[in-house]
Amino acid sequence: MRHAVGALLRKDLALELRTRESIPAMALFSLTTFVIFHFGLDRRSVEGDLASGVLWVTLLFAAILGVNRLFVAEAEQGGFDGFLLAPVDRTALFVAKALALLAFLLCVEVVAVPAFAVLLLGPAPGPALPGLVAVLLLADVGICVIGTLVAAIAIRTRARDLIVPLLALPLLVPVVLAAAQATAPLFAQGGAEALPLRWIATLALYDGIFGAIAFAVFDFLLED
Amino acid sequence: MYGKGLRPLAITTALVLTGAFALVFFWAPNDADQGLIQKIFYVHVPMGIVALGGFVAAGIMAVQHLRTGDARWDLRSYVAIHLSIVLAVGVLITGMIWAKASWGAWWVWEEPMLVSFLVVFLLYATYQPLRFSIEDRERQARYASVFAVLAGAFVPINFAAIRMAEAYIHPRTFATTGGGLPGDMLITFLVALAGMTLLFATLWKYELASKHATFQVRALRRRLLGEDELAPVRRSAAPTL
Repeated sequence: MRHAVGALLRKDLALELRTRESIPAMALFSLTTFVIFHFGLDRRSVEGDLASGVLWVTLLFAAILGVNRLFVAEAEQGGFDGFLLAPVDRTALFVAKALALLAFLLCVEVVAVPAFAVLLLGPAPGPALPGLVAVLLLADVGICVIGTLVAAIAIRTRARDLIVPLLALPLLVPVVLAAAQATAPLFAQGGAEALPLRWIATLALYDGIFGAIAFAVFDFLLED
Repeated sequence: MYGKGLRPLAITTALVLTGAFALVFFWAPNDADQGLIQKIFYVHVPMGIVALGGFVAAGIMAVQHLRTGDARWDLRSYVAIHLSIVLAVGVLITGMIWAKASWGAWWVWEEPMLVSFLVVFLLYATYQPLRFSIEDRERQARYASVFAVLAGAFVPINFAAIRMAEAYIHPRTFATTGGGLPGDMLITFLVALAGMTLLFATLWKYELASKHATFQVRALRRRLLGEDELAPVRRSAAPTL
């Protein structure tokens, strides 16, 4: 299992390094969205719950771009068949893809979060950083679990890029809700306030429950 | 075989529902604050509970389908989701009417039940398009079941998260259900809930019976006329056996 996951993950990262299909597009999309928010809200800087809402909506939509492309290579170039022929646990594909998506998201956030701090965020981001990293990590895991599952469902449909956001956005409402609530006090006008632990717990619970469900049902999306 | 017991079930449903409405209008007292409009509660809340129960039950049927590979479980799950979506539309509409009458606005973000319902409704609204966009029958059934399991588990989590957010920001000003009800209102509510559950069961059984009749007619025609004479089955979101 660990070998298979490692090999699949290396394959995905090598593919991304060579083609540069997802990460640059996702990062560029985030930057453009911040500019759009600047003009759409007509604000020079944002803080508090508005700031956390802008950040999470942007990251969520950027993640949807990555989710849309997650299984394209497998579907178009016979990667699914190759994988099904290999004598490995099928859940390995799920774990590897979720980890790849997580890596993509983290790369995007390394660009997007500093850009957000420079372009839009009012209060200084420094003191908020440790809490923000924790929230980002937990929310990313939830987005990756749901994203991978939705991508695997949608890749075999005729309307892939329509089905992905329609399925993923409602499923991710609790993640956005909890992440935005957890980040809002970090961006407070008068400096970062304490991280609300109940929302961290909610995110962790969500990750755990949907991780387990995805682990259980992913097999059925590959059988052929 | 699916039509068996449908008639007594339908008659019981009609009786209990009529009884429930009679209780609502002639027996249950008017609410001291809200007056007559509070009676929409006896339609709105049972519909909501039954719709959610239907979604969760459809998830359990989908688990059965994935475990056994029996296409009939997929059909059952499909019909349950289909009916629950219809009920969910009813819940949203009655909820909006109630909100307008008692708070003066058609939509109230402070009411976590209504907001959660909207999210759940938006999720399940993708169920039919998802089925429709997968051509292979067997794969359509399998993917739909995966969706039903995922969404069925999502329903309670979503409710918990949204309720938590509202309870955290705004103090809850009123309780929609449960302990606060005086006795005669509670009895009326329970009868209405039973009526709505029976209605769901009847419609579920009825649609299953109708679908089975269609399948059997098609199979018989195929045997009588031969494969070529029949118009090909149109692509559809509904499962066929």
